[in-house]
Amino acid sequence: MTTLTKTEGERAPSGSEAFLSVRDLRVRFSTEDGIVKAVDGLSFDVERGKTLGIVGESGSGKSVTNLTVLGLHNPQTSTVEGEIVLDGKELVTATEKEMEKLRGNKVAMIFQDPLTALSPYYTVGRQIAEPFMKHTGASKKEAKARAIEMLDKVGIPQPAMRFNDYPHQFSGGMRQRAMIAMALICDPDLLIADEPTTALDVTVQAQILDLLKDLQQEFGSAIIFITHDLGVISKMADDLLVMYSGRAVERGTVREVLRAPQHPYTWGLLSSMPRLGGDTAQALTPIPGTPPSLLNPPTGCPFHPRCGFTSEVGGTRCTDERPQLPDGRGAACHLDGEQKQTLFIEQIKPRLG
Amino acid sequence: MLQFLIRRLSGAVVIMFLIGAFTFFLFYSIPQDFAELACGKNCSPENIAVIRENLGLDKPITTQFWEFMTGIVTGRDFPQGHCSAPCLGVSFDSDQFVWDSIKDRFPLTLSLTVGGLVIFLLFGLGTGLLAAWKRGTVVDKLVSGSSMVLSSFQIYFLGPIVLSILVYNTGWLDFPKYVDFTENPAKWFMGMLIPWAVMATIFTAQYTRMARSTMIEQLQEEHVRTARAKGMRQAYVFFRYAWRGSLIPIVTIIGMDLSALLSGAVVTEFTFDLAGIGRLAVDGSLSKDLPLTMGVMLFGAFFILILNIIVDLAYAYIDPRVRLA
Repeated sequence: MTTLTKTEGERAPSGSEAFLSVRDLRVRFSTEDGIVKAVDGLSFDVERGKTLGIVGESGSGKSVTNLTVLGLHNPQTSTVEGEIVLDGKELVTATEKEMEKLRGNKVAMIFQDPLTALSPYYTVGRQIAEPFMKHTGASKKEAKARAIEMLDKVGIPQPAMRFNDYPHQFSGGMRQRAMIAMALICDPDLLIADEPTTALDVTVQAQILDLLKDLQQEFGSAIIFITHDLGVISKMADDLLVMYSGRAVERGTVREVLRAPQHPYTWGLLSSMPRLGGDTAQALTPIPGTPPSLLNPPTGCPFHPRCGFTSEVGGTRCTDERPQLPDGRGAACHLDGEQKQTLFIEQIKPRLG
Repeated sequence: MLQFLIRRLSGAVVIMFLIGAFTFFLFYSIPQDFAELACGKNCSPENIAVIRENLGLDKPITTQFWEFMTGIVTGRDFPQGHCSAPCLGVSFDSDQFVWDSIKDRFPLTLSLTVGGLVIFLLFGLGTGLLAAWKRGTVVDKLVSGSSMVLSSFQIYFLGPIVLSILVYNTGWLDFPKYVDFTENPAKWFMGMLIPWAVMATIFTAQYTRMARSTMIEQLQEEHVRTARAKGMRQAYVFFRYAWRGSLIPIVTIIGMDLSALLSGAVVTEFTFDLAGIGRLAVDGSLSKDLPLTMGVMLFGAFFILILNIIVDLAYAYIDPRVRLA
């Protein structure tokens, strides 16, 4: 029903129907070297109860986008343009006071590294209970009971005793669970998970993902799941947004994007990922080059310096003209639909094993 | 906790002993006869011999050292009378018990330290926090700029300027003079005002810069961002989360400055002609007065060691990761 969950032939409806709607978002940071265009014209929607996955290399603007949703950038060094509408409320122009009421309450965030993202100076319990007291006006006692309930829910054994522990007394997986408990304590409608499992080992990772899915079912929250792990995304997300150089280059349902990717960058991401049961004789193909500078992005299509298919497009379109991302399923690439399909089937698919 | 204290205190005693030994034997490596020095010019060999005996210099060095060190614990008897523990010996120069000289001078040093400390913590941390809170604004630039200028001043430069304005030209204040607090608190305060202000100005500037930079560093910590992402008020995040992390470096520096000041603020004392521990230390080493130098050294070392232990206890209070299981 939105751009991301459309069925055949459906056009993108207006953003107001989605729970979170981001339109033409531009985030710039002024640094000593010049202006960094961290996010440059990004649009996406997230629906209630659904999970949007965002993938991309480091520095593609994934985290910046989501910190912008929470309004956590320093207004002195950054400028934010465009629209972020959450449940009918515009956030880009919202005051700090309004944002404070929203953060941790309606929108909560789970950070990547649970060791550095929890304060070492206060007990886990206190840090979990704090937002509950702030947003619901609950007493210390009520907040404590609620925090213990949340710790129990995320699978921390003996939660009442663990309430008084400090983060360093928790294991990595438990810290991430505590972070999740902290994020979910006010029943947020939107949960932003910024690489929540990157710092964890694989078994704990699977547990945390299951936990997030269960909690989503229970609370009906919308989730934005940021990762660069395509395996994780295929398990977690309903819709997928591929970001490159501060822009969305491809979007669709997870199934669509992973089964029949249309953008050469997505092809590159998939080719550089090993698969269980894949052909072991088939070498992994990394994407050549490095992510572009955001200070001075390439002209035209930002991916063209690393793209192996510019000759298929012909002429100088790739270096001159910025390809637009169509609404709904699609990719921001000058290759036409037929070319994309044949190139993928003939050249890319065999390599994926 | 108790175990920690016992271990640290006994360690401190060992270090004190080593400092004492080092100072003592270093002193004796000076190619000079202390008895001859104490006797002055035109001294007969007989007089020197008497003095040598009186000062105990005729005994072997190790015996002298042992007597000095045990005297600290048990007290000693001298021709001048009984020197009760902690006995730091008799000054070669003034014939006074060293401990008595230290006791005489310490109230001034303590007043100078405590008064200065209150001023520079209040202003230094206050302005530093203000600059961090208003980072990048005019206020920040003003505070950072002026603290940069002030911290490059020196007490012996700023002191005379202040004296010439407030004392010599306008006559608003009297020349600094130490009056004991118990004697007359008002005079004590007025007498110390200029030394406090001048000393604190330079320290304030350093604390401003440190508080500002550690706070800015802390504000960029991820856990501080998490606290903001939870919707906590900015002031709450600032004073609870960022401030708590800044305390460790700040407490460390306070401990170091405090122990340095308590063992004598030499420059401040000389600038304002005050006779505190710092002056005593300089006098002692210039006149090669071994017991006096030993006494002041050990006195200063005592504060450094005690404050180190206190700072370590403060760490444990501030950061639960340091706390002993």
